[in-house]
Order: sequence, then structure tokens, then C-alpha cells
Amino acid sequence: MAKIKMKKKSTSTDMTAMCDVAFLLLTFFILTATAKVPEVLPVDTPQSTVQTKLPATDLSTLTIGKVDGKTAVFFDLKGRDVRKKALELMAQKYNMEFSAEDTEKFALMESFGVPIQNLKSILDMKSADRNKAKQPGIPKDSLDNQLKDWVLYSRKANIEINDKELQFAIKGDAKEQFPEIKQVMDILQDQKINSFNLVTGLRGKNF
Amino acid sequence: MAELNTGDGGGGKGGKVRSKKQNSKVDLTAMVDLAFLLITFFMLTTTLSKPQSMDLTLPDKEKDPTVKNDIKVDENRTMTLLLGENGKLVRYVGMLEKPLAAPKDFTYGKDGIRKELIDRMTKVIAYSTAKGKPKDGMIVIIKPSKKSTYRNLVDVLDEMAIVGVNATGSYAIVPEFTPEEQKLLEVKK
Repeated sequence: MAKIKMKKKSTSTDMTAMCDVAFLLLTFFILTATAKVPEVLPVDTPQSTVQTKLPATDLSTLTIGKVDGKTAVFFDLKGRDVRKKALELMAQKYNMEFSAEDTEKFALMESFGVPIQNLKSILDMKSADRNKAKQPGIPKDSLDNQLKDWVLYSRKANIEINDKELQFAIKGDAKEQFPEIKQVMDILQDQKINSFNLVTGLRGKNF
Repeated sequence: MAELNTGDGGGGKGGKVRSKKQNSKVDLTAMVDLAFLLITFFMLTTTLSKPQSMDLTLPDKEKDPTVKNDIKVDENRTMTLLLGENGKLVRYVGMLEKPLAAPKDFTYGKDGIRKELIDRMTKVIAYSTAKGKPKDGMIVIIKPSKKSTYRNLVDVLDEMAIVGVNATGSYAIVPEFTPEEQKLLEVKK
């Protein structure tokens, strides 16, 4: 009788190719990705079916949301050099002094919502603490319209550095009432910015 | 290449000196595990896709509110949408004094205002074609009230984009209310 020999199968697979692929992907993700910054003012954006994407550069985002039941506007600007320049111009306008270290911190910071007089104290915080600090929003009433100046000087800074007109995006909370949004739109329109982006979330197809 | 002995921890029984067979294979399982863990981490913590946005272009602001440049618009082509509190949406066609279609409440979404918009748009185009100007489409006037929310506005603007009002006609946001229009939003709560 012929002996039936059981072939011994090796249980270990060759992982080399899998490892290669995994590291290739890993490298890709590390190189292409930018770190997600935590939102200082979390807002629930309304949804739309429009699929236009926001530009990645030359953009300023005005976030409108509620802080302690009051409407607050937060300001964000893309590009480190632009931010530095904008802060410099704002400091000149409001007779403030910001050290080189503060300017550097400002360039790396995410959006903020404090009057410029209190900006220093926010800059001194650690980034985790900034989100916890109750930022009251940028003043935008007729007596102290700092938002208008931020918009104006950011545009100037962007033109100086990137030689391009700055684009504005409005990221409003869905529950915010229209007059609050209108007020921000009016500030932009006063400077002849008639075209801007409204940040929205993605809506399902069968809406 | 790296050389590593694997799986021969309990060898050497009997005290015989034996030249060990060198295993040139490295166990990559742990390394792959680690790599995939990192991939997952980077995928989740990064923003690969930029947020979506919706373009909105508003007309130039009139510097002097006393200067009026009234542009006469055919009332047959207009449709007015009043946005009220708690998702209330009223539409009328033409002028409010003698509307071509009486003010009526609608809901947002495909079963509500969208049907009406599409219906009206075809009618307007038929009307314009009959007049010999097929390029004149519908004009939608969006009137968000003080109590309407940003969501309502974006919803309506989204309807405009879905229906394609801009392809033939246009739309405008006019936050000005006549007392009659205010009344329309207040009654029947």
C-alpha cells in the first residue's frame, strides 16, 4: 500500500509585500495630510447638495455661532505669513505691541474670537486651554467694529503677500437667525465683497 | 539582510552540537500591524477632504438708500418666497395686491417647494417663449424674515441650485418686508 504523505503546510504567510504596501500608504498619508485643528467654536453647519469645495489658500473663514447664548463671530485666516502681516497691520491700527514670539504664536493659532486688546492673553495660553477659554467673539457693533478691520487688514495683508484677493467663507450655525448672518454679510458688503462662500455639510441625494 | 532565528527556543536536546539552520525570514506580522495602526490613525486625524461650500454672490449695496433705481420686472415672472419662523415658508406669485397665485404655505424639500418651483419655472418659460423672449426665466425673490434661521436660507438657496433657477432666471435675497407680507407670516400659526 502506498503511503499517503500529508504535506506539511506552513502557517506563516509572507508579509513582505503587505508590509511594503502598508508603509507606502502610511508615507502617503503622512505627506499629504495636514493635521486637523480642533474647532474653537464648534458649529453645526446647514446641509446642501452643492459640491463646490472651499479653496485651501487665500481664504478667511468667519465662524458665526453661539457662545453662552450670545452670537459670536470668530475669525480665521489661512497662511502663516498672511496672518503675521494682518496682525502687524491690526497692531498698528489699535496701537498695540506684539512681540516676535507672539506673532509667531498667532501665525500658528487656529481661529480666535476675542477683542484685540485681549488677544495677548489668548496667545499666552496653550492651545488646549484656548478652546476651553470662553472667547466672547470679535466685536462687530458700530462703536467698536474690529471685525471690519480684521477683514480689511487681512485683505491688505493677503494682497501684499500672495498678490491675490482674499476670499471669505461664512460658516454659520444652522440655528443662527438671519439678522446675525446678515450683519456679517453687511460688514463684508460694505467693503464691496459681494461674493463669498457659505460653508455647508453634505446632504444625502434624496433630499 | 537581517537575520533572525525564530521559533527555535526549545532546541538543543541531547547536548548534540548541531549546526543550526539559519532562518533568513523575519516575522513581519508585528510590523504590518503597526503600519496599519498608523495608517488608521493618520486617516482619521487628518482632513483629506476640504469642507464643501456654496457660492453666494450678492448685488452691490446701494450707497444712498434714497436713490432708487427701480427695474421694472414682469410680474408674471416673479415668485416671492417668505421665510418665517419654525420652518414656515410662504410663496406667492406676482404682486401681493393681486397675486397670480395666492399666498400658500409650503414645506422645504422635494415634496414641497421644489415641485412648485419646477412647475412655475416651466410656466414662466412657456409664457416667455410665447412672448418671443425664451431667455427670460423665473425671478425668485427670497425674503428671509428676522425670525428665520440660517438653515432656512441655505435650504432655499440649495433649492435654487437644485432646480437650476440661475440657468434661465435669477434669484435675489431681499430682507425687506411690507406690513402685508409680515402679516402673512404671522397668521395661522
